[in-house]
Amino acid sequence: MFLVPDSVGRFFHRMASPPHFYAFSGRLMPWLGVIFLLLVGAGLYGGLVLAPPDYQQGDSYRIIYIHVPSAWMSLFIYVMMAAAGVIGLVWRIKLAEIVAISSAPVGAAFTFIALVTGSLWGKPMWGTWWVWDARLTSELILLFLYLGVMALYSAIDDKRVASKAVAILALVGVVNIPVIHYSVEWWNTLHQGPTVTKMDKPSIHISMLVPLLTMAVAFKFYYLIAMLQRARTELLQRERNSQWLKKLLESEG
Amino acid sequence: MDLLNPFFAMIRRDLLLAVRHRAESANPLLFFILVVTLFPLGLGGQAKLLQAMAPGIIWVAALLAVMLSLDSLFRSDFDDGSMEQLVLSPYPLSLLVLAKIIAHWLVTGLPLLLVAPLLATLLNLPESAFPVLMLTLLLGTPVLSLIGAIGVALTVGLRRGGVLLALLVLPLYIPVLIFASNAIEMAAGGLPVGAQINMLIALLLAALVLAPLPAAAALKMSIN
Repeated sequence: MFLVPDSVGRFFHRMASPPHFYAFSGRLMPWLGVIFLLLVGAGLYGGLVLAPPDYQQGDSYRIIYIHVPSAWMSLFIYVMMAAAGVIGLVWRIKLAEIVAISSAPVGAAFTFIALVTGSLWGKPMWGTWWVWDARLTSELILLFLYLGVMALYSAIDDKRVASKAVAILALVGVVNIPVIHYSVEWWNTLHQGPTVTKMDKPSIHISMLVPLLTMAVAFKFYYLIAMLQRARTELLQRERNSQWLKKLLESEG
Repeated sequence: MDLLNPFFAMIRRDLLLAVRHRAESANPLLFFILVVTLFPLGLGGQAKLLQAMAPGIIWVAALLAVMLSLDSLFRSDFDDGSMEQLVLSPYPLSLLVLAKIIAHWLVTGLPLLLVAPLLATLLNLPESAFPVLMLTLLLGTPVLSLIGAIGVALTVGLRRGGVLLALLVLPLYIPVLIFASNAIEMAAGGLPVGAQINMLIALLLAALVLAPLPAAAALKMSIN
């Protein structure tokens, strides 16, 4: 703990204790909800009302306010999941394991949203629901990786063992994601030149960029909310026989 | 500590076991031949079409054959308790796992190489592409075994690991599939394939170094 200030170290140590985490995340949740609603409201208003229509695509470009942040989140959450998994694997912190597995369904959902919104946008723009473009393909593979993590976790009965397995798998996946991404990109460019997918991209105007970034931050907060909610439920399930939970229930009546 | 001795002893033991159970080791090979045979039947046997699809067909079949053969990699050791002895042994488990993977590949992966030219002939692949086909199989199938070992190690303790294994392992196989079938396609068209082969070599070296570590960690996890 010599690399980080003492107070930060203490904070993480306290967070590793289930009762403390449960109480703290419970207090945090309403605040996160308010911030998320404010950000998503501002982002949607800015993106759907204030931002001007695109000179080429008209209004249909506005799907990027969902699509692009979702795609960012899909990668971000995978890395978060692997990082939490490693922390759980190395320091045997129960809560890190729970955070890792609670991230997986949220990440899978964002990946799915990114794929679906991309496909909805692709139909009017490219004239087809799906092309075997490098980005689309690697996003699809990412979805499979998420589903693999979730399937492995649910297949193993002992949840502590399952968390370890998930951490190993997520780690292998993180090493593989760049390899998969570049191989798919290379495969695509070797097969056919970029046709519809590489449109001349004018650098995005500030009035479009600000709502986009707002949405990206809002999605981060949504991830926090969804992940923490899942983690709390998972924690209750795993700790159902523990003393602190009994006390908590009794004190709440 | 001498590490070469246990390494080769492990390979020798697994090869001996495979020789004693000959029928079992032939199954992946038969599966490989069968799957490739199914494609002309399903596609209608047009020579042009088959020729264009041959690299992909052969590689997808090889991928599935390797994946299905993986279950036997740790299964018998896991069931009869020898895996626990290996974990307890003073030697690094990753080394022993690597030895087991190599022995397994010699038994299940290498035979694929020998029938590949025959299958390529059935699919009308031009003969000029044969050396590259063999080379991609030689470089690619060990990568499949190495990556697959991680998946098997994760699922060997489960009663119904079969379909789960496919879900875990197949996405990770995609780079090998892409580079290998692309190399064969290029070779069939008379184009240079240096880049693809180099990528396959890189994947093989990286997998040789990295894959035994998570596989060993996953085995330890599966045991307790």
